[in-house]
Amino acid sequence: MPAADADLDSFRADTRAWLEENCPPEMRTPMKGDADQCWGGRNFTFQSDAQKLWLERMAAKGWTVPDWPTEYGGGGLSREETKILRQEMARLGARLPLSSFGIWMLGPALLKYGTEAQKQEHLPPIARGEIRWCQGYSEPGAGSDLAGLQTRAVDAGDHYVINGQKVWTSYADKADWIFCLVRTNPDAPKHQGISFILFDMDQPGVEPKPIRLISGSSPFCETFFTDARAEKRNLVHEENKGWDVAKYLLGHEREMISGMGHDGAGKTLPQMAVEAVGADAEGRLADPLMRADIALFEVRAAAYRAQGERFNDEWKAGRLNPAQASMMKYYGTELNKRRNELVMAAGGSDALEWESDDSDGGKKARDWLRSKGNSIEGGTSEIQLNIVAKRILELPS
Amino acid sequence: MPLYLTEDQEMLRDSASGFMAEKAPVAHLRKLRDSDDSIGHDPALWKEFAEMGFTSILISEDEGGLGLGHVEAGVVLEEIGRNLTPSPLLSTGIAAVAALQQGGKHHRDRWFPAIAAGDATVALAIDEGAKHGPAKTAMSAERSGNGFRLTGRKQFVVGGHNADMLIVAARTGGAPGDSDGITLFAVEKGAAGMTADPRRLADASIAARIEFDGVEVDADAVIGEVDAGWGPLTALLSAGRAGASAELLGVGQGAADRTMAYLKERKQFGVIIGTFQALQHRAAHLYAELEVARAATLKAQQLLDAGSSKAHGAVHTAKAMTGLTAQLAVQEGVQMHGGVGMTDEYDVGLYMKRARTLAELFGDANYHADRLAREAGY
Ligand SMILES: Cc1cc2nc3c(=O)[nH]c(=O)nc-3n(C[C@H](O)[C@H](O)[C@H](O)COP(=O)(O)OP(=O)(O)OC[C@H]3O[C@@H](n4cnc5c(N)ncnc54)[C@H](O)[C@@H]3O)c2cc1C
Repeated sequence: MPAADADLDSFRADTRAWLEENCPPEMRTPMKGDADQCWGGRNFTFQSDAQKLWLERMAAKGWTVPDWPTEYGGGGLSREETKILRQEMARLGARLPLSSFGIWMLGPALLKYGTEAQKQEHLPPIARGEIRWCQGYSEPGAGSDLAGLQTRAVDAGDHYVINGQKVWTSYADKADWIFCLVRTNPDAPKHQGISFILFDMDQPGVEPKPIRLISGSSPFCETFFTDARAEKRNLVHEENKGWDVAKYLLGHEREMISGMGHDGAGKTLPQMAVEAVGADAEGRLADPLMRADIALFEVRAAAYRAQGERFNDEWKAGRLNPAQASMMKYYGTELNKRRNELVMAAGGSDALEWESDDSDGGKKARDWLRSKGNSIEGGTSEIQLNIVAKRILELPS
Repeated sequence: MPLYLTEDQEMLRDSASGFMAEKAPVAHLRKLRDSDDSIGHDPALWKEFAEMGFTSILISEDEGGLGLGHVEAGVVLEEIGRNLTPSPLLSTGIAAVAALQQGGKHHRDRWFPAIAAGDATVALAIDEGAKHGPAKTAMSAERSGNGFRLTGRKQFVVGGHNADMLIVAARTGGAPGDSDGITLFAVEKGAAGMTADPRRLADASIAARIEFDGVEVDADAVIGEVDAGWGPLTALLSAGRAGASAELLGVGQGAADRTMAYLKERKQFGVIIGTFQALQHRAAHLYAELEVARAATLKAQQLLDAGSSKAHGAVHTAKAMTGLTAQLAVQEGVQMHGGVGMTDEYDVGLYMKRARTLAELFGDANYHADRLAREAGY
């Protein structure tokens, strides 16, 4: 056995032992809903001591962000080690210790574009779950056409003064800080007058107002800025070059969203369907049309898992056209919507219950409705198709 | 192992692609078809395949082959698909070789040198009805003297009227529907009582219906063990399905490439039609499906090469996914070509015909999705 493989085997054994010993039993059951997720932040109320302990233990190992460098609170693991950690966590059914836009979106952007001081200041609190972030991109007039954004940032010496409105800002009412796209030069062509800036939400000029969704929850807000203040040291990358950062970050966001709904926890779709609909004498799902729908869906889902593996391998080897993230986002989110439609079809009227304990508070119905946002957030499916057509297929515009 | 081609595999792809483009582009298929050929492929080209090493990809080095795997086989088959090259490679060099590797040294000694040299072709007599279903095999093989007597009918035996040997699945025990009790036989060309009725298919390939009227074979015609043919048959089908997936991928990709080129060239309303977003989105969707199908295919090939127990399911997934995707590619291809897509002069229609044939071969998407569902317990 090559030395590297032997090292990985011993890493696996150590990781398994550590997880067995340190993951509280309550944190080994599937999450039932949004409320079970740990988001951290200044105002977060832990659901249980176990949840708090799990976060603290994982953060102490740097395993909330296993592949970040140790000096910024990460675990310093290689890609192979990170993969092993995820596999071992999945094996145990261990919950994600921390869900965070800081980890999924801002972190990668800071690691690439941030100054040393910015990394030192912002990354470790993200890793420890102390500061919760939100993403201030979309505006009422700037959705798909994001570069049309109007929120203004005016230079006031050591800081900027910010005025304008964001919308669809997920968890803005719960976040501590925001990473925000603002217009610093209104006279330049639209992509060239945008800056990427970070600021504290805990100030009088920042006012988030929750918006209620079809799934019943209010995970996102309209966010108003009235003479809000952002320190200049928190400008990421150069002034008016924020579009570079925004695009880089969107790539990560797309990758993250494309993976949603494939966590493997809980029952499979076929199991759910057999329980709800029953089986015939040969053990086949009793509704043959639904069975066919599910069987063909499962083919696509399995093929897409292989594509996820291929995407990662090619990414790691630097062989990817970056626009392929758009293809992944498009395919993954459409697949997830389809899956949720099938879950609802299989669940029948049981799945329609919205509040009962039997339905875990309407989990299926709420997940189904929430999944519809997957092909809108982070750039709609149509926008992803535009990107593929232009940047990969090189079709003319 | 990363899920993309190694440098060696990419080199093989480049050489296969150059070879097909030069010796066997779509024009080669047209020529063969229009010359009223009665074989189904060009024997001279088959010889050249052998010289390139394509026919012996899966044969071990000890036995005079290249000793490569299903990934490499797929690389070559994809180029065959992309060029619609009529070739017995899939049945002979891939599926038959995989079966014989599990089925007795005397068969390998007899057939591998001839296959490697491009001197022999093998056809597969599995299906008995219009739809694939190997466990449904009903053809009987009764013991007779020191051998067996085969009686029954086979169809969709691609190249079966011309092959030097047929691999025949027949029943020595059990009942149709059982996987136990099937035995595989190597039946040589010209066996008494065997009548081949060649039929040209929509894609211009030739498949035979074959009647076995008490065909006598020796005991050593058995491939593997009596009643336990399911083992080598599974090897044959896995190799055949993974290979057909690769070929389908090539067919889908070839149709998509032609369609993309057409979208960049045809003008209507004073603009290139590729500027229309309605078409761009369909093209981009097709691209995504092809990428996902490619990943599924490579995954199946790699798992087969690794001898993994997961290969079986991955092959079902690949064959189902490439069947669906290639058919999407050709349907979208014809539509986006408009009227010229309906003409024989344009190649895209030839892709449509080939995709249909390959999607049916060794089981269509419904067959494989159904198998996966059963194996997953629903
Ligand atoms: C659940 C959820 C969470 C979100 N979280 C955040 C967040 O945290 N922060 C944030 O900043 N934003 C967030 N968003 C906003 C999201 O990024 C936008 O909704 C998205 O970019 C689409 O913009 P829009 O809503 O203005 O739709 P529009 O751009 O108005 O689109 C309407 C329709 O027109 C189509 N369309 C638009 N342009 C084109 C075109 N060029 N070609 C073809 N079709 C086109 C779209 O595809 C869509 O179907 C979130 C959205 C959702 C649903």
